[in-house]
Amino acid sequence: MSTSSTSALPTNPVIPILRTERMPHIWCPGCGIGTTVNCFARALVESKLPLDKVAVVSGIGCTGRVAGYVKLDSFHTTHGRAIPFATGLKLANPDLTVVVYSGDGDLIAIGGNHFIHAARRNADLKIICVNNFIYGMTGGQVAPTTPVGALATTSPYGSYERPFNLPYLAESSGAVYVARWTAFHVRHITRSMVKAFSKKGFAFIEIIAPCPTLYQRRNRLGTGLEAMQFYKQKSVIKNGASTKDVEISFQGEIVVGEFVNIERPTLRQAMDLQLQRTLASRSATRK
Amino acid sequence: MKADPKMVLTGVHFLDGDQACCEGAIAAGANFVAGYPITPSTEIVERYASRAPKVGGVFLQMEDELASSIAIQGAVWGGAKAFTVTSGPGFSLMMEHIGFAAMTETPCVFVDVQRGGPSTGLPTLPGQADVMQARWGSHGDYEIIALCPNSPQECFDLMIDAFNLSEQYRVPVMFMMDECVGHMTEKVVIPPADAIDVFPRRYTSLPPEEYFPYRPGPDGIPEMVKAGDGYHFHITGLTHDEQGYPAMTWQEQEKLVRRLVEKIRLNGERLERNETHGLEDAEIVIVAYGISSRVALHAVQMAREQGLKVGFLRPLMLWPFPEKTVRELAHRVKAFVVVEMNYGQIVYEVERCAAGEARTVLVPHGGGTVHDPQEILKAICEVAQ
Repeated sequence: MSTSSTSALPTNPVIPILRTERMPHIWCPGCGIGTTVNCFARALVESKLPLDKVAVVSGIGCTGRVAGYVKLDSFHTTHGRAIPFATGLKLANPDLTVVVYSGDGDLIAIGGNHFIHAARRNADLKIICVNNFIYGMTGGQVAPTTPVGALATTSPYGSYERPFNLPYLAESSGAVYVARWTAFHVRHITRSMVKAFSKKGFAFIEIIAPCPTLYQRRNRLGTGLEAMQFYKQKSVIKNGASTKDVEISFQGEIVVGEFVNIERPTLRQAMDLQLQRTLASRSATRK
Repeated sequence: MKADPKMVLTGVHFLDGDQACCEGAIAAGANFVAGYPITPSTEIVERYASRAPKVGGVFLQMEDELASSIAIQGAVWGGAKAFTVTSGPGFSLMMEHIGFAAMTETPCVFVDVQRGGPSTGLPTLPGQADVMQARWGSHGDYEIIALCPNSPQECFDLMIDAFNLSEQYRVPVMFMMDECVGHMTEKVVIPPADAIDVFPRRYTSLPPEEYFPYRPGPDGIPEMVKAGDGYHFHITGLTHDEQGYPAMTWQEQEKLVRRLVEKIRLNGERLERNETHGLEDAEIVIVAYGISSRVALHAVQMAREQGLKVGFLRPLMLWPFPEKTVRELAHRVKAFVVVEMNYGQIVYEVERCAAGEARTVLVPHGGGTVHDPQEILKAICEVAQ
């Protein structure tokens, strides 16, 4: 990105964080993923993290493409495995702030096992999950987040499986920070991200975002803009709400906010502490 | 570059193959291991878990083999030298990430202590039926290197080679042990650190603005960087251009896949590593590897005592297959007798390279125990008639 020094136009502060040479991106008009990336870039600017020490790891899917658009050390891994890749990366290079940026299908369906285990061990990862209720990249199939009754290509008569309540899943698995916003809540998202970056441990942010091409259209929910209006009307900010109570129903109320913010030793801290204790006591007994 | 003395247990030891493999990895500089317990490979991770804090390493027991096989790759891009360890069922689960390592050219080592299969098979008993899987198990076109030790000493020695080759060629290296080799205990001599060569990671010296993650050097292999050094690079399992960016065209696919394949294929002859006996006057050549080779060598000696002109060829490197040696032998020997603990894998490679010039006979075994040397001798005698 070159900027002319004579230009009077202000430069968008997020530009240095994007691989502008790769634009236009692959996301559809009205898709919420780009909005979240804008928030992410702003959060990086605001947090003043050294960008050389921030790495982004994605899995596969529409949100999985985020890694390819951020001008950071970035890894587009295999489907569902962004979290274990990121766990290895962070342990090998503890100076890094490692962000996992992926979709609901990637993180919670195929990657669900890794999600709960990384939360359990409190791996020091910042997980950003864009939840559009559907598999977008493959053409709109039902996901473990699809609300009951919603149509998808593989649930043509309406989904009948109970979806995961992601904040509840994250909290009960051990996450130290849990928040949910919609793509409408751009300032809140940015603030939550800044907070998550400074947090040690498994921080989880769910962002409800529209998929106008597949989810909105098939369910006759209008455009991306109409989705934003819906989020504005139907979401209720309840910071500190019990995650048990934030389930999402088809076109029902969406409880958003910061739900969990606790402290607990990270995987690395726990590992180091345990090793120090045991090895010290063993060497003491030997003396 | 020489091994770090802190990582090398120099001395004479009495170790099983699993333990020796672990020590070889540590001597080669492995400082990250992710694994999931599976018989008969578990002793490797148990030993690493115990040794890790003493050698500045990290061991992480993952939730499954999918996680283990990708966590090591995250660690490599963070600057570590890493391996994972498994057996048949876990090896099957790791296939996607072997492909990812091949595609992203991530140097790492996959240890497979083979047991009887298919499926859960014989967890505590040997097999050699993962050999083709090691070569072809992940989807798409790619090449890997596979080494195959037949003793605890070789588990140590070849594990160092496994790491060195993975760094030199930037490929995942398969370390194809079997239950017998893993669990047999023998003398293992660990040399001093200054007698162990370690191939350093091919880090670039170029500044970020001049660096392309997938621009090949003169030998077809690109230079590496690691996260955190200011390169802001991108790695993807998608077909990618020299910049590392997704490139969805047949031209980029052709360029990339061809390079991934040729960086190994064009070096096939240079990579060959064989143990041979009595090939000079041989009319029949026994081909065997891993634990089967020890039984087969005994059968060769018995045949020699009967006056039969039998030679012995043991590839220590199964992939790339020692084509040159087998082709040359095929010009002058009558037959190859392939002894392997499966119903035909390496025999097809021997047959391919013999190209009709010499007869190829398989002495198969379904696994669970080693061949009876008499059975091999019988096959030799039949071929000799």
